[in-house]
Parts: sequence; C-alpha cells; structure tokens
Amino acid sequence: MEYFSHLLLNSGIFIILSVSLNLINGICGQFSLGHAGFWAVGAYTGAAYGVYLAPDFLPDFVNLFISCGIGFLTAALAGVLIGVPCLRLRGDYLAIATLGFGEIIRIIIMNMDTVGGPRGFTNIPLWSNLFWVYAWVAITILVIANILRGTHGRAIISIREDEIAADSMGIYTFKYKTMAFVLGAGFAGLAGSLFAHANQFLHPNGFTFMWSVIILLMIILGGLGSITGSIVGAVILTFLPEMLRFMGETISEWRMVIYAVLLILLMLMKPTGIFGKHEFNVLSFLAKFTGKKKEII
Amino acid sequence: MSSPLLELKNLHVHYGAIHAIQGLNLVVNEGEIVTILGSNGAGKTTTLHSISGLIPTSSGEILFDGKRIDKTPAFKIVSHGIAQSPEGRMVFPDLTVFENLEMGAYLRNNKEEVDKDLHYMFSLFPRLLERKKQLAGTLSGGEQQMLAIARAYMSKPKLLLLDEPSLGIAPILVKAIFDAIVEINKTKNMTILLVEQNAFAALKIADRGYVIATGEMFMEGKADDLITNEEIQKAYLGH
Repeated sequence: MEYFSHLLLNSGIFIILSVSLNLINGICGQFSLGHAGFWAVGAYTGAAYGVYLAPDFLPDFVNLFISCGIGFLTAALAGVLIGVPCLRLRGDYLAIATLGFGEIIRIIIMNMDTVGGPRGFTNIPLWSNLFWVYAWVAITILVIANILRGTHGRAIISIREDEIAADSMGIYTFKYKTMAFVLGAGFAGLAGSLFAHANQFLHPNGFTFMWSVIILLMIILGGLGSITGSIVGAVILTFLPEMLRFMGETISEWRMVIYAVLLILLMLMKPTGIFGKHEFNVLSFLAKFTGKKKEII
Repeated sequence: MSSPLLELKNLHVHYGAIHAIQGLNLVVNEGEIVTILGSNGAGKTTTLHSISGLIPTSSGEILFDGKRIDKTPAFKIVSHGIAQSPEGRMVFPDLTVFENLEMGAYLRNNKEEVDKDLHYMFSLFPRLLERKKQLAGTLSGGEQQMLAIARAYMSKPKLLLLDEPSLGIAPILVKAIFDAIVEINKTKNMTILLVEQNAFAALKIADRGYVIATGEMFMEGKADDLITNEEIQKAYLGH
C-alpha cells in the first residue's frame, strides 16, 4: 500500500511537471528541454529551506507551503534568467540552449557543498503527503487553464500557431513567450519542492537531461497543447513501467523494452498523442448526448 | 496638400550581405489603393515587412501619419494603425475562423464596435460565416486568404497591407477577393497598400502603382497609365 501511495504521489508531482512543460512546449510552442533544471532549482531551494531555515513552531503544512512558494519563485527567477536571452532563439536552437542551461544548473548544484554536492542532500523533513500534492496539482491546473481561457491565453496560443502572424496582430510575442516560460518554470520548481519533501533525499543526478525528456514524453504522449492530455500522459508514464513489474517474470525482465515498444506503437497509431490538442470537457461531453450547442454569434 | 498617410524615404534593407531594398521612395495618400508590382525577389514583401516592422531597416525613413515608425517593433505598429495580411496567408491553423478574427481585434476593447466589424466581415465574406466554427487550417486556400484579410481588417487599421492576396487561388475567388478589397476601400475609406504579382488584376482596382525590380524603383504612376504602358505590358502583363 505504501508503494502504491508513493506512486500516486509521484504521479501527482509529474502531473504538475508535465502540465507546466505543456504550457511552454505545447501551448506556447517554445521547444524547451530544460525542465529538469527548473525542477532541480525548486527541489533544492525548497529542501534548503526545510533543512536550514524552517522554524519548528510552524505546522508542517505551513512550512510546506512556504517551501513551495520558495521553490516556485526561485525556479521562476531561473526561468527569467534563462528565458530572456534564450527566447530570442527558435525551434531547435532554443531546445539546445535550454538543454545546456538545465545541465548547468545540475553542475552548479553538484558543486555546492551546503546542499550536499555530489553526496546528495539528506535529512529533508517529510512534509509532502497525498493531500497537499494533489491540492497543488489542482491549483496548478486551475491557474494554467484559467490563463488559457483569457486574452493572455489566446495570445500565447497564437504564438504557437504562427509567430509572425501573431506579431502582426499587435501581440508582444516576446513578452508572452517569457510569461509562459517563467510560469512553466515556476510550477516546475513548485513540483520540485513537493518532490524534495516527499523523498527526503535529493541527488543532482536525479535531475539529468533524461528527466526533461521523460516529461517531454508525457506531454507528447498525452497530446501537445492539451492539459488533460498532459495529466493522462503523466499518470500513464509513472504507472506503466511500475505496473509492468507485476506481470510475471518474463514481462518484468523485459519491461523497459515493452515500455519503449508501447510508446513507439502509440506514436505510430496516433502521432498527435492521446488527446491531440483537445481538452476533455465535461460540459461538451454531455452536450454530445443532449445535442445542445452554444451559438457564438 | 496634406501630408501623405505613409511615406518611405530612401529606404534601404539588408538581409545579411544582400542589399534587398536599395533606396525606395514611396507615398500612399489617405483613401487610396496603391499597388506595388514586381517579379519574384524584387523586394515587394520585404518592403511590406519593413513597414510593419517585421524586419529591421538599414537606413532611410518610414513615416506614418507624420511619425517615424522605422524603429518601432512590430507589435506596436499595429496599435499605430497598420495591419498586415501576410503572404502565404498565415492564418492560425488550429484556431477556428471565429477565433482567428477575434485575434485580429486583439488590441481593441470596444466590444460593440468589434461586433459590428465582425458582422461587416461576415457580410463581405459569407463563406467565413458558414465556416466560423471550422478550424482555419482546414479551409481552402481562397477561404484562408479571405480570413487573413478579414483578420487584418479586424484591427480596424488606417492602412491595410495586403501581401499577394491572389497567390495560389482559383481565378473565381481572386475576383471575389479583389471585389471585397475595393468594397472595403470605398465604404470604409480604408487606405490599402497592395503587393501583387497579378499585375493586371491589381492595376484594375488600384489608383496608383509602383513597379519595383531588384530592390529599386523601376516605374511609378497612375494605375491607368501603367496598364497601358508598353514596357509594363511586355514585362508583367504578358501582352
């Protein structure tokens, strides 16, 4: 049971990571490969607060809240530092630049003795629990979904669609790209803080470039640009490799191969991901049965 | 005479080492339809892009409403009152027709006025009304062109820049689109700068025309004069 609830907790953290990366990659169309870096920034600063600064008299959930706030702000700050110079680049160049920055962050942490350096950061207080992780999941989704519904969201989406056309509509594309990037980075940092206080141990090698790729996989699997897709992608990719463990010895041995084959098959059959760019919406789902449609004009 | 709405003074533009625009002078007065003609690579689109701020100019001035705009970033130029319908249509493919038009009115706050213009565009292009909930990427080329023009109009500019609206479109739709351009110009008194390869169609609706070749002004004049000009006929009208 403990194992299962740990998985559930991890999948919550990965939902935040994938939804936030989706804001950058899927919705704004800026190909970033540095998400693990922002995750690490949030994890280490949140953990550092827990180990060195947190006053004992505060209840755990207040401390976790402060820690998440610190994780969010520091990662968002890192997002500004990286985003402002990098977002002038496009496509592959941006991907390489963000990848480089993600690695730089990891190397810096590796060389910081106060947070354990290569020995890893230990004795982080256990504050995260299922309730608070999923509360943050809900907040993340609400905030990002709400932004998308408004004018800012339209502007961000139009950049993905066609940056030149967006520019000639009077949209300050650089501002909105930075906004999406910083917000995405901030939520990744928040997930990092939750992660640190759930695992109680951090190591710089837990934040390699591979993790950026895995988060990217989640959003591509779910459907770039779809928040519901990112959630489903994150849940599938946290549970699938683990569930394959329990399917008999042969499958367990070959589980990473099966996992890879399943990914390839899905991409071949549905290259846009499970949800494509669509959102699952209860109201429009019901409308299919009642036959009611709202008129726009 | 009052000062022109748009004036290019000795404009130069470079793409790296390539001197794409070499000292262009051009004037657009209020209420006119002016067309820029020229063959592939003559610098027509470059001229439009430099007006709307999408590419930086090297030297020279661009004056709009008496103010210099050649150093203004693209997104601010729209608020000055210039809107561009880019070449190759560039609609937002994954937004619906309706959402595309909403994006065009991105900078406007007066909902009533926007609604009025929206209805005007739908009356001008009934096709778009039929397809308002369809994703723009699934429209035909001609319909996308209509959408691109309508979207540019939705920002209610003083100057509408149209980049090759007839490119790759069925002849019957070309006529519909050019009729709509004239209609916008006449009823809304909107100034239009039209870049075209289809010289004959463009000169028929334009007041004046400029012909550019390899980044330099080749000829300018009243549209009626250009259309009868022998050199133009040989080079661009295929007579």
